[in-house]
Amino acid sequence: MKKKNSFWEFFASVKLALFCFFTLAFASIVGTIIPQNQPPVTYIQNYGERTAEVFRLLNIPDMYNSWWFTSLLALFSINLIVCSIDRLPTVWKLVTMDNLATKVGRLEKMTPRLRFASPKPVQEVAAEVGQTLKEAGWKPGQRELEEGGTLLFAQKTPWVRFGVYIVHLSILVIFAGAIIGTLFGENGSIMVRERSVFSNYFDRHTSEKVPLGFEIRVDDFSLTYYETGSPKEFRSDLTVFEGGREVLQKSIVVNDPLDYKGYTFYQASYQGSDQYWVTIQNQNTGARETFLAQPGAEIKWQQAGVTFGIINLLQPDQWGRYRLKIWFSDGKGEPSVFWLDGESVVSVERTDVSYAFKSEQVFATGLQVAKDPGVWPVYIGCMLMLFGLVVAFFLSHKRLWVYIYEEGSKTKLLVAGGANKNKAGFENMFDALIEKLEDNSTLKLSKE
Amino acid sequence: MDSSKLLGITTFIYLFSSVIYLALFIFRVKKVGLLATVVTIIGLLVHSAGIGMRWLESYQMGIGHAPLSNMYESLVFFAWSIVLLYLVVEFIYKNKVIGAFAVPFAFASMAYASLSPEFSDRITPLVPALQSNWLIAHVFTCFIGYAAFAVACGTGIMYLVKLRDKGDSPGSLLSTLPPLKVIDDITHKIILFGFIWLSAGIISGAVWANSAWGTYWSWDPKETWSLITWFIYASALHARFTRGWGGKRIAWIAIFGFLAVVFTYYGVNFLLSGLHSYGAS
Repeated sequence: MKKKNSFWEFFASVKLALFCFFTLAFASIVGTIIPQNQPPVTYIQNYGERTAEVFRLLNIPDMYNSWWFTSLLALFSINLIVCSIDRLPTVWKLVTMDNLATKVGRLEKMTPRLRFASPKPVQEVAAEVGQTLKEAGWKPGQRELEEGGTLLFAQKTPWVRFGVYIVHLSILVIFAGAIIGTLFGENGSIMVRERSVFSNYFDRHTSEKVPLGFEIRVDDFSLTYYETGSPKEFRSDLTVFEGGREVLQKSIVVNDPLDYKGYTFYQASYQGSDQYWVTIQNQNTGARETFLAQPGAEIKWQQAGVTFGIINLLQPDQWGRYRLKIWFSDGKGEPSVFWLDGESVVSVERTDVSYAFKSEQVFATGLQVAKDPGVWPVYIGCMLMLFGLVVAFFLSHKRLWVYIYEEGSKTKLLVAGGANKNKAGFENMFDALIEKLEDNSTLKLSKE
Repeated sequence: MDSSKLLGITTFIYLFSSVIYLALFIFRVKKVGLLATVVTIIGLLVHSAGIGMRWLESYQMGIGHAPLSNMYESLVFFAWSIVLLYLVVEFIYKNKVIGAFAVPFAFASMAYASLSPEFSDRITPLVPALQSNWLIAHVFTCFIGYAAFAVACGTGIMYLVKLRDKGDSPGSLLSTLPPLKVIDDITHKIILFGFIWLSAGIISGAVWANSAWGTYWSWDPKETWSLITWFIYASALHARFTRGWGGKRIAWIAIFGFLAVVFTYYGVNFLLSGLHSYGAS
C-alpha cells in the first residue's frame, strides 16, 4: 500500500473535487455577466475607472483564459489524476481478485442469500448447478475447499467498476485536446472580395497576417432570402490553388465548411458594398466583359468602343433587391439611359448592335479560418465520457457464489451474491436464477 | 385539424390530467388513478400528433424542418419530454402520486408557450446557422436532460413535502406519498439519467459549434451556463457516491439544479447575450 501523507490525501479528496465544482461554477457565472473580450474603454464606461482597473488586474475581461481560471482547471485536473491513482489499486484488486478464495463465513452475511438441501451427492449437485448457471448466462468457476465442500463462483461485468475512472480519464483527454488546440491550433479570419484570391489570414489574437501556404479564390458570394426577408443561405464558392494549379472546388455554407490541409474555412460573415459587377455582352459578336462599377464613375470597354456608368441607384432592400440607372453610349447617336434591376437582363438596341446588360452587387465574404489538431482528442474524450457515464451509472458488477457441502449425509447448498449497484435489479435476477435451480428436477432442492 | 389546434387541446388535456393527479394526491381518490394515466397518455398522443403535424406543415410551406427551432417549439418539446419521461417513471415505480409533481410542469410549459406574447407560434424558416443535422440531435439530447431534471425537481419537492409527515396519523394527506427512501431513490436515478443526456447535449452542441464556427467551445453564456448546471449535478453525484449525501440535501440540489436549468434554457436568452440569442424569437 502506498504511504499516504496529508498532502496526497488533500489532492485525492472528494472535498477538493466539490471545491473545484463550486468555484469553477461560481467563477464561470462572473464571465457570463460581465461581457468578455471587449475593448478596455467599454469596461471603463460601464463600470467606472476604478472597477475597470480591478477587472484588468484580475483578468476579468478575458477571465476564461486568465491565470487564475487556468490554475483552477489545473487544480481540478490534478485532483482527478491523484484521486484516480489513489483509488485505482483498490478497484483493480476488486476486479481481478480470486473470488473462489472468499471465506464461507462471508457468504453467510450476504444478501440476498438462500439455503437449500438436496438428496444428491455433492459432486453431482455441483455439476448440475454449474450447468444451470451456464444456461443462465454465467460462467462459473469451481474449487474444492480444504474445509470440505465445493465452491462455485460466477460474475458478470467486473470491469464496470472502472466506469467512473473512464469518466475521469475522459475529462483529462478533453483537457489534453484543449491544450493541444491552444498550443498548436490556429484561428483567425479574413474578409475577401468576390473574384479575388487570398493566401493569408489574420490571427484572432495578434491580428497578424499568417500565410496559409496555398491560395484560395473566392469565385462568388451569394446571399438568398426567404419571402419573410430573413436570410436563407450565405454561400461562398471557393477554389483552392496549389502553386497556381487548381486542386479543389467547393461551395461553403454556414454549416458546411471547406477542409484543406488541416485548415477549415467557415462561412462566418459577409459585407455588401456599393459597387456592382456589370456584365455587358455584344449580342452580335458574342463578346462579353464584366466590370467592377462604382456609381458615378465612367467605365470604358476599349475593345468594344463603348462607355457606360451607373448614374443613379435604389439601394438593396431587405431581400437584396436593387435597381441601377445605367448610362450607356457606343458613340453612335444619343446615349441610352435605362433601369437595370438586380438579377435581371436588359437588352439595349443601338443602331446596328444590341447589348445585353446584367448586374450583381459586389460582396466580400467573411471567412473564419481554423486549424485545431486538438479536436479529435476532444471528440474521443467526449465519446469516452458518454460511454463511461453509462457504465458508471447503469451497469453493475454482479457476483454469485454457490457453496455446496455435505452435512450429516445430506447435501446442503448456500447461494449468495451481490452487486455494487442496483441492488433491486440484482435481487430480481437472483430470484429468477433460484427459480431455475428449484425447477431443476435432478437437483430436487428443498428450501432450508 | 392543424398543429396549433392539436397543441392547444394538448394544453387542456395536461391541465385536466394535472387536476386528476392532484385530486389523487389530495383527496386520495384511488379510483381516478387509471383515469389520470389514460388521460395523460391521450395527452401525449395528441401532443405527438401536434408536433408531427407541425413538422409536416413546415414541409407543406416549403421550409421543412424539425419543429425544434425556436422558443415556442422548444417549450412544446420540453413538455412532451416531461410527460413521456413521467409516464416511464410511473410505469417503473407503479406510483401515480408522482404525477401531481411532474405533469404540472408539462402543463406550465405548454401554457407558457401558447399564452406568452413573447413567442410566436408561427412556423418560420430556419436561419442559416440552424440549418444542420445537429439541430435535432442537440435539441433532443438537451431537452430529454432538461425534462429529467424537471421531474427530479418534482420528486425533490415531493420529498420535502413528505418530510413534514411525522407518521403519527396513518390517514394523513402525506401518507399517500411513497416512503422517503423510495422518493430519494427515484430523484437520484432521474438525476443520473438527466446527467447523461445533459452531457450528450453539451457534447452535441460542441460538435455542432465546431462544424459551424470552427470552435467547439467559446465560453458563450449558454455554453457556460450549461456547464454550470453540469457542475451542480456533478457535485450532487459526488456528494452522494462518496459522502453519502441523500434525502433533504439531494432534494434541494434537485430543485436548485432545475433552477439552473431554467436559467440556462430561458434566462440566458433574455438576460445575457450570446450565440444562442436566435433562440429568443
